[in-house]
Amino acid sequence: MERAVVVSSGTDRPVTAAAPRLALGSIRRSYGSVLALDDASLSVAAGEVHALLGENGAGKSTMMKIAFGLDRADVGTIHIDGRPTTMRSPRDAMAHGIGMVQQHFALVDAMTVAENVALGGIGAFSLEATAATIRRIGVESGLDLDPGAIVRDLPIGAQQRLEIVKALARRTTTLILDEPTAVLSPTESTELLEWIRRFADSGGTVILIAHKLREVLSVADRVTVLRRGRTVLSALASDVTEDSLAGAMLGDSAARAKVSAPAPAAASNGPVVLSVTGVSVADATGIERLRDATLEVRAGEIVGVAAIEGAGQRELLRVLAGRMAPTRGTVHLPASIGFAPEDRHRDAVVLDATLTENVALRGAGQRRGIIGWDALRSTTTAMMKARDVRADSEAVTIRTLSGGNQQKLVLGRELADAPPALVVENPTRGLDIRATADVQAALRAARDAGMAVVVYSSDLDEVLSLADRVVVVAAGRIRDVPSDRESVGRAMLSGVS
Amino acid sequence: MTSRTVLRALLEPLLAGMLALLVLAVLLGASGYPVGEALTALWQGAFGSWSVIASGTLVRATPLLFAGLAVAVAFRAGILNIGAEGQLLIGAAAATAMAVNLPPGLGAAGLLLALGAGVLCGGAWAAIAAVLRLRFGVLEVISTIMLNVIALNITGLLVRGPLQEPTRTFPQSALIDQALRLPRVIPGTRLHAGVVLAVVTALVIGWFLRATAPGFRLRMTGANPHAAASTGRIDVARVTLLAFISSGAIAGLGGAVEVTGVTYALYENLSPGYGYTAIAVALLARLNPARAIGSAVIFGALEAGASAMQREAQVPAGMVGVVEACVILVLVASEWIGARAAAGGRLIRGGTPRSGPTSAPAT
Amino acid sequence: MSAQTATDFLDASIRSATPLLLAALGETVAERSGVINVGLEGAIIAGCLAGLVGAAEFGPMAGLAIAGAAGLGIAIIFAVVAIALAADQIITGTAITMLGLGLTSTLYRVLYGDGGAALQTPTLSPIGIPLLRDIPLIGSALFDQPVPTYLAALLVPAVWWGMYRTQFGLALRATGENPAAARASGISPKNMQSFGILFGGLCGGLAGGTLVLAQVGTFAEGMSAGRGFVAIAIVALGRWHPVGAALAALIFGMASALQFLFQALDLKLPYQLFLALPYALTLAALALASGRYRAPKSLGVRLNVAD
Repeated sequence: MERAVVVSSGTDRPVTAAAPRLALGSIRRSYGSVLALDDASLSVAAGEVHALLGENGAGKSTMMKIAFGLDRADVGTIHIDGRPTTMRSPRDAMAHGIGMVQQHFALVDAMTVAENVALGGIGAFSLEATAATIRRIGVESGLDLDPGAIVRDLPIGAQQRLEIVKALARRTTTLILDEPTAVLSPTESTELLEWIRRFADSGGTVILIAHKLREVLSVADRVTVLRRGRTVLSALASDVTEDSLAGAMLGDSAARAKVSAPAPAAASNGPVVLSVTGVSVADATGIERLRDATLEVRAGEIVGVAAIEGAGQRELLRVLAGRMAPTRGTVHLPASIGFAPEDRHRDAVVLDATLTENVALRGAGQRRGIIGWDALRSTTTAMMKARDVRADSEAVTIRTLSGGNQQKLVLGRELADAPPALVVENPTRGLDIRATADVQAALRAARDAGMAVVVYSSDLDEVLSLADRVVVVAAGRIRDVPSDRESVGRAMLSGVS
Repeated sequence: MTSRTVLRALLEPLLAGMLALLVLAVLLGASGYPVGEALTALWQGAFGSWSVIASGTLVRATPLLFAGLAVAVAFRAGILNIGAEGQLLIGAAAATAMAVNLPPGLGAAGLLLALGAGVLCGGAWAAIAAVLRLRFGVLEVISTIMLNVIALNITGLLVRGPLQEPTRTFPQSALIDQALRLPRVIPGTRLHAGVVLAVVTALVIGWFLRATAPGFRLRMTGANPHAAASTGRIDVARVTLLAFISSGAIAGLGGAVEVTGVTYALYENLSPGYGYTAIAVALLARLNPARAIGSAVIFGALEAGASAMQREAQVPAGMVGVVEACVILVLVASEWIGARAAAGGRLIRGGTPRSGPTSAPAT
Repeated sequence: MSAQTATDFLDASIRSATPLLLAALGETVAERSGVINVGLEGAIIAGCLAGLVGAAEFGPMAGLAIAGAAGLGIAIIFAVVAIALAADQIITGTAITMLGLGLTSTLYRVLYGDGGAALQTPTLSPIGIPLLRDIPLIGSALFDQPVPTYLAALLVPAVWWGMYRTQFGLALRATGENPAAARASGISPKNMQSFGILFGGLCGGLAGGTLVLAQVGTFAEGMSAGRGFVAIAIVALGRWHPVGAALAALIFGMASALQFLFQALDLKLPYQLFLALPYALTLAALALASGRYRAPKSLGVRLNVAD
């Protein structure tokens, strides 16, 4: 068998030496009335690490899905090694040596590592042969995996390794990685970036979608920046700075000023609002996700929770929000707590219900008798005005709103009865920069109004910018730490080995 | 309601009715029946005269409306209850058992007892499937279909055993006493008070779902059980159980009305598949109880007309089943074509939105 | 119980189990691809009528093939509505069952007159396997059966091999678990699910043909009698595995054969009890098996338009 990492560009010989490995020209793609890409271009040379940057919603993922055949452009061209190509499905992309690791992994979690790697092949399926391939790739690339392990049991970092090994097993020479470090711990991120560098140095090509500029500049050879579906910058990494990239991504300086964080307030001396003591939570299989957690949150402070995925922060937040009963320990919570869970479409809204019905959903379990819809309609209309929720009326379904407007309505609803506490989980995930600023301002305003606020975000920088005090959840245990990047980062990894 | 949705509400049943006729005409032509003659018989049998409308169409529409409401309530709550047929049969059997065993002279109170028995037992029959789903995770689609077969055999057992008529000759129950029958609302026709009860039930359920807190909980649980539990603090299991039982109780009432208003006795083949046609009734009404009145009349007319078609033009009644199936298929297909832009999720059930990362721990 | 009674009981069990196993094997494949086909009943009844008509024209073996083709035809309608138009699987399936029952009853009357004059067809005669059929007690029940029984028995390892030892089977199972992941690996989830549905329809048609050509010898309206739904329950009982389906079908066959046993033992019990018993047992078994099995994760979930 050939080596997984081939120095020249796979099966197709370049037409000319200068032809880029992959070039997308003047791509346009719209979904209904939303224009996701409008005249976006990208040109990636063989053997380089090319960073594709842009804020959320700029069209990075759409562009790469088109390159990988998962989506199709309305208008535009794709050239591989200088030859015009059409990508009807991922199969076409794979035939050209292109592989992609999506942000949400495309793994079958009930199956083994070997079955996932073999997926997409033809003919007979031999477990032994696939296992041998996985072990060989492990030796060659340093990406070690147990072929017999069930994916669902693997930690997140190993799942990502599996995605890359899947691509390598198909002799991928051009690898697209969509926000690969978003789910990784700092150490894992560093290791991944080092691997990317080695892969490119041995002749592979990498397209890296990212938003952490520091990370990008540490590994990329060239960068392309998208803003609102257009390519606004394409340059050598050595010719740009964090600041110039941020300028290109955001467009105007006003937007940038808005995101820079005001200084945290002084430590709160307010009364304790949320209090959990010695709390443990076991999952259905009896494994303790949260162990012996003790935390007090006072009125008028924002407590930031930092953790890597699956460390127990999910359970901690739900206990604090009164949404989950602990298996052990005592809790003292107020009767009403606002809660904005991270999976908005699943847990926070009913997509096919109207805005008013979604507002009425809070407290629906306790409601009695006949519902006063007229009053609820005016409440909702007032809430839309106060929170700058853009929608035709309160009678449209919440499905028709943008993510930012949905989240603003959710926050408005959760704060409507002025609860003494608010718990939010990844409150700005998937929102554009203005909605992010609005949501963050709403959280600070809630704190300033005397609420006890708990914020978890998988983006450590967001936690640090919002929190008055940071606690880290690692391996199910809570640690108080000084709120500087270094201490928090180290604490997040403690207990992980 | 905007004018556009009102227009849609009026136009859709009309289009569905025309579609049904078109399918029927094609089927008739293809199987060599005289198309014109058969369709005339159908029209005459459904709308030929006031007396036919009352005795045929509306009498047929009544059990379809009850069963259609049962399906609509369940589907709105996210429960795929395919068991209205069995719940209706058990309701009919319970009402008959009550009616033929009551001491004479109770009058209206006796009728209420018989209807109440139908409601209770229909609900209890649905409760079996509800508990199987909530406690044991058995798909209600499978369990309710199994329970339909069991209910049919129980009915068969009853009319040959404990409930068989006194001469012990025919597989049917004794006749229900005059005093325990639903009164006729139009003299000289077979139209009984059950039709009024069905319409009132539809309007009350519509109001309940729209205006009351429990109705709101039911709708939200059906549309997205996760958000209902997390944001609404709704006891989803309890709402599901109650909605499932209510659905069965409505179907059971339909069965009780059928024996006290139309047949006056329990037969094994009491229902020509009302519980299955009910799915078409509910879907055509877009699961809206008030609109189910209209769609029940359409399907009632189709079935009443089909009986006439069989009498007059010797067209097999099975053809109506084909027409109903085609109407359902076109409805579910058009639903999706219309909603293509808003991709994801399921038609009726909230389902699990696949938006979260695969790594998120299951709750 | 005499030896002959035991043999008869076993023979009746196998006979009852055969059409169920055929249908359940097809449904296992369909469900592993993520499709629950409540229209299976429609495919079976279509197979019943087509088997009768085909056998009357061309003989029993051709009848069996035509029965399979009829099931396939019904499945094509299901695939178009549920996959190509991405409609809800359960409601589509319910309509397909209504369609199958209505269409067969209409066609039967059209073809054979209003009363549906009972048309008898020659049935598939048992083929004995020399030596094996002479084994005492089990010999004649296991090795002196008509073709469909052997077909069903051979399909069990064939389906197992296809599902677990080929890339195609891997792709099919992956689709039932996570269509998006399958698609990202270059697999077409729509093609996989369409295959599952068509294979399920073919097997359902064969099951209907078996019912007519190896057992009853004639057609009656609604003669499938819920076997499609029982097969769906058998798939769950068999934990979505072909060998599990075989065991569950056999158990169900035995429950159905109890009535012959009780008749032989001269117990006077109403026949409705025996008709209802297998269904009640299935419900009880599903409840008892709960928690110990896991359905394909994406079972019954509609594909996104893009998939």
